[in-house]
Amino acid sequence: MATQTVTLAGDTDWPGFRSEARALLARQVPPEEVVWHTRASAAGDLFASLETQRPVVGHGSASAVVPPAFVRLCETVVLHADPARFGMLYRLLWRLVHEPGLRYDPLDAERVRVQHMAQAVRREMHKMKAFVRFRPIAQGDGLPPLHVAWFDPEHHIVEAVAPFFVRRFTQMHWAILTPQRSARWFPSDDGIEDLAGGRLDIGPGARREDAPPADAGEALWLTYYEHIFNPARLKLAMMQKEMPRRYWQNLPEAALISPLAAEAMARSGRMIDAAPTAPARRIVPLQPMTASAHHEPGTSGVDALSADPADALGQLKRATNRCRECPIGEHATQSVFGEGPIGAVLMVVGEQPGDQEDLRGRPFVGPAGQLFDRAIADLGWPRDALYVTNAVKHFKYELRGKRRIHKTPTQREAAACLHWLESEMAQVRPRAVLALGATAARSVLGRPVAVMQERGQWQTGPRGEQVLVALHPSALLRGDPAQRDEAYAAWLEDLSKATSLVQGEVHEAVPR
Amino acid sequence: MNTQRKLAILADAAKYDASCASSGTRSRNSVGGRGIGSTEGSGICHSYAPDGRCISLLKILLTNFCQYDCLYCVNRVTSNVPRARFTVDEVVQLTLDFYRRNCIEGLFLSSGIIQSPDYTMEQVVEVARVLREVHDFRGYIHLKTIPEASPELLQKAGRYADRLSINVELPTVQGLETLAPEKDGAAIRRSMARLRVHIDDAKDAQREAAKTRVMSMPQASARRAPAPVFAPAGQSTQMIVGADATDDRTILSASAQLYGAYRLRRVYYSAFSPIPDASSSLPLAAPPMVREHRLYQADWLMRFYGFAHDEIVPAAADGSTGMLSLDVDPKLAWALAHRERFPVDLDTAPREMLLRVPGLGVKAVERLLVARRVRRVRSDDLARLHVPLKKVLPFVQLVDHRPGRALDAGDLASRFRAAPVQASLFST
Ligand code: SF4
Repeated sequence: MATQTVTLAGDTDWPGFRSEARALLARQVPPEEVVWHTRASAAGDLFASLETQRPVVGHGSASAVVPPAFVRLCETVVLHADPARFGMLYRLLWRLVHEPGLRYDPLDAERVRVQHMAQAVRREMHKMKAFVRFRPIAQGDGLPPLHVAWFDPEHHIVEAVAPFFVRRFTQMHWAILTPQRSARWFPSDDGIEDLAGGRLDIGPGARREDAPPADAGEALWLTYYEHIFNPARLKLAMMQKEMPRRYWQNLPEAALISPLAAEAMARSGRMIDAAPTAPARRIVPLQPMTASAHHEPGTSGVDALSADPADALGQLKRATNRCRECPIGEHATQSVFGEGPIGAVLMVVGEQPGDQEDLRGRPFVGPAGQLFDRAIADLGWPRDALYVTNAVKHFKYELRGKRRIHKTPTQREAAACLHWLESEMAQVRPRAVLALGATAARSVLGRPVAVMQERGQWQTGPRGEQVLVALHPSALLRGDPAQRDEAYAAWLEDLSKATSLVQGEVHEAVPR
Repeated sequence: MNTQRKLAILADAAKYDASCASSGTRSRNSVGGRGIGSTEGSGICHSYAPDGRCISLLKILLTNFCQYDCLYCVNRVTSNVPRARFTVDEVVQLTLDFYRRNCIEGLFLSSGIIQSPDYTMEQVVEVARVLREVHDFRGYIHLKTIPEASPELLQKAGRYADRLSINVELPTVQGLETLAPEKDGAAIRRSMARLRVHIDDAKDAQREAAKTRVMSMPQASARRAPAPVFAPAGQSTQMIVGADATDDRTILSASAQLYGAYRLRRVYYSAFSPIPDASSSLPLAAPPMVREHRLYQADWLMRFYGFAHDEIVPAAADGSTGMLSLDVDPKLAWALAHRERFPVDLDTAPREMLLRVPGLGVKAVERLLVARRVRRVRSDDLARLHVPLKKVLPFVQLVDHRPGRALDAGDLASRFRAAPVQASLFST
């Protein structure tokens, strides 16, 4: 039986509810004994609370500590139209304090019910943001127009939503009228500013007639609505789920729904039945952007290479981009061709482009490339003495979730790609080659290479060129972090065998 | 031609593009500015068309004159539809007017290709520039970029737009070569890669900028030059479904590659729809709307439920047609095909497996995970979660519920099939 009656200042009196609830809790008044009211005609100060009239429990009161999420939940549920909401919230609060397990149980029946109320409020707030429609009224005297909207919300949300419109239309003079309240925004014209450089007034409710009728500009909106609808896809039920009839009276375009729907079937039927017509006009179509869209696999080589090596490399680069001689080419973004000077002292050959190289179309720009850059900086090698490329020109990967994970090309794929590398070498004519990792070494030396055994020693390639083998930088990135420094030092040591060459001294010691 | 007539033609021309979202961007508002507009993370659907699709942006073409001849497109050069062209200022004024009325969240501008890809792109970018720089418009802008346009123009577009998109149009390169001879699938991919690089770089720069605190003299403005922003809502694309014979498995694989390679926020699937003055080269059938819907569901499974693209539709080797089932949703279809993985014990199963239970959404799973830390889940609890019990119960095990033989029942699949399959074209 109820022994306590609490009257809150208004429908949205959250501070009042909070202090009342604290006080009741402190006095151990169980929820069954409280009846909650609001002052029905709360036209005055909406945010007045009864805080001063009641003892307030201090923050020290351990019994009133509730999770912050619960406070936010209450703030929302208070806006619900259900008169029982205050009682429900107080009971939940009481239970949270007395049943410690409750806060960890999102499936408790009462909690779920209150959650649903909060959802309904949030949904209505969202719909208000969506379905308020402003119509301009000229104010004369050089004043900007006043934009007025009518809306009839199901819950007490006007004050809660108004700041959204302030943020969106800060420079506009506007008013939103509803049966219970109205919100009016004055953008900093009268010197009284309390928010975002303007003043927001919440006043009493209004009548629908107080809002202006349709104007000429609205016709444009109706035209748009009519024409963005695709009659071949009529789905009224889906539309009504998102835009229930209750809101239609507020939306000028809603008047078009029935006629559009009625016409839709006939319209799309006519479209399907209509015989195709011959084009009546002719614009000269643009040339296709690729000269190469059609080609046969295996014929993507270049027939006549330019005599100028730089041009020839350009031709080769474009040709690899179209190459589909192995299955890798199809799924990559683009081929990644080598970069560097013709006649470079050293041609650096990696395995294949990675994710970043594939996206940027340039070799050695991903993490492994960055590690390589660090190494050559440590070795004092001038970057412009190097020509950097890969044994395989397209990125081979496997999708794992949303990531592309590098996959080592098979021997067959590397072999298919080899002729591109050979052509590239023939144009660049490097003094020596640095092969990073097993795939590169195999391609360059023309035989299987055990990198761990042959690294750091000069070898001779099939055409007599000097070849130095070293680990691929990504092997270092993948390696045991504890041994990373050591591995890096050993790698630098291997690379350093080419230092004298790169720095300009003729390298004599070619192993035979 | 007056603006109203142009609007009619150019909205008509845009209605086949499925993209609609206006979400995922950085939050902004018009406080302290000269203009209007705000974005708060999630976009708002301001209206719905009778086709059930959300209207959140003013979606129009700058012009529907086009020099390309893509057979699936109503605006192709050989189509006899009426043509129109907006001026930059007309689009700007329409956007601002509709925005002030609170009819839209912003603009989604696309265009037919006229003169050259660069020329067209320049005009599209100019609309965005005028909105942003002249009118200080802070609402959402989505620009459709033209893949062959120069990198500098893409770069500029990304500075003004919240989202950029490039339509792949067809799931396979071969399809594109056949139906859209002027479009170059490789160029489209390169553009997407370029966008991703710009987006990633801008994000990195922002992270860096956030790390370095600004020390400012008293009185001096604490503002520093803002880190570059590039299409903060990312990029998306659209694929037309049903204009060629590509199966669903191939489509999902294409999407998975796009998500993985270019970090697209969304792939939109658009059932090929009858268009006025259709080309004689394309058989016109009713649009496969249910198929489109199933593809969206499958796409969700990939993005939010941990499904790999190739497990959603079984391979042809397994006797599959390569198509998603039209009568049950893809998650249920997967569960029916993998009954050995069920029933799932809701009290002990890992999150990944809970997500695979038909009828359990991400939110429900999160709540279950929290709740089961303190107690065991009962069927009443499930009912309160508002999950479709009829769908969930046969696949789960609870303290007070065991599906028993239900999973073996030969008719299990048929119990889920909706009464006769709706006629998809005019389903309401
Ligand atoms: S990886 Fe090499 S062989 Fe394979 S498609 Fe690319 S360029 Fe051609």
